[in-house]
Amino acid sequence: MTEAAGPERVRSAEQIELSVREAAAGIPRDGTPRDEGRWAAKVERLDVVARDGVRGTNVAGRRLTGPVQGFGQMWQKTYRLPLGDHLTPEAAIATWKAHFPEFWPAGNRFAGALTGISPGDVALLDLAVGGGVKLSTGVFVLYADEESFTLMTPQGHMFAGWITFSAERGADGTDVQAQVLMRANDPLYEVGMLAGGHRKEDVFWAQTLTALGRYLGAPEAPVQTRTVCVDTKRQWRHAGNVWHNSMVRSVLQTIAAPVTALRRRRSG
Amino acid sequence: MDGPKVTMDVRHVGDAAAVVDIRGDVTAACEPVLMSAYEQAGGLTATRLVLNFAGLEYMNSGGIGMLVTLLVRANRHRQQLAAYGLTEHYREIFELTRLDEAITIYDDEASALAEAGSAR
Repeated sequence: MTEAAGPERVRSAEQIELSVREAAAGIPRDGTPRDEGRWAAKVERLDVVARDGVRGTNVAGRRLTGPVQGFGQMWQKTYRLPLGDHLTPEAAIATWKAHFPEFWPAGNRFAGALTGISPGDVALLDLAVGGGVKLSTGVFVLYADEESFTLMTPQGHMFAGWITFSAERGADGTDVQAQVLMRANDPLYEVGMLAGGHRKEDVFWAQTLTALGRYLGAPEAPVQTRTVCVDTKRQWRHAGNVWHNSMVRSVLQTIAAPVTALRRRRSG
Repeated sequence: MDGPKVTMDVRHVGDAAAVVDIRGDVTAACEPVLMSAYEQAGGLTATRLVLNFAGLEYMNSGGIGMLVTLLVRANRHRQQLAAYGLTEHYREIFELTRLDEAITIYDDEASALAEAGSAR
């Protein structure tokens, strides 16, 4: 359990006060859950709106995948950055939501809704994987509130799971955090993760948090990383996920791009 | 220090099943409470754990993540996880996150336990 200092007590007191107000107003008892509107509505398959600057493939029609549906070992990775006491958690998350793509490392594109991060949004991604290939995939905004938001991955993404971005009061002020709970989606990705993919992911999120810290006035803050293997077993019954592998499909789409462009030109 | 705003009481039903009555908020902060309940429930070699969410008042994505880690533990000990008492709202969240594919959802405790009996 994390240490809870003074500010934690203040926040809890506010929550208790809120609970009392809600109870007095009958909110929790009238069937309306307190988290109403923070979760995305249920979807079976993802719908995609075309966005500029990304290829936008390998997302439409895909199902969401959590750690239950993934193949590889299950990992929980936590990347944490202390911002100091000049910013509230709510202000940090509001900025992170509003400028989310700007903090990504160079060469990677996140094309989300212009309105920012809202439950139910689908963002399209082009990720630099080396060799001139862009891995085209996406993410779904599963949950969002004032102090956190969570992205969930579709079939074909490198991993099956979710990433929660949050901010909270620590001992010395506000800390921001990205926490990944994931399994590699299929055997090919599992090999890739073990052969340097985990390291690449660590660098990716450390660079992202560093960029966020720089933007929020904490340019020298160090990123703390904690990695836990939650489940060493692989789920072989999900090995067939490889059919949706967006890496393989992105390579094929890159090779076929000139032919596809020619066909489009001829047809219209 | 304020603790998590949740209680989890364990009831043993026969020697094969245990019910965990969850009341309050399910977030990442309540992991120690859930794991303690799990130890109590599984300590008597229960092969089926039934989570009663009838008292659930709030759940965020951290809470769903915590249920996934509970699931891993249960699978490791060859225990089945089931749930009941979910409102339509929370049932949809289980379906959205596809947690319902690993934690079977029932309408009531009798159904969840009847299934446990037939699984023995």
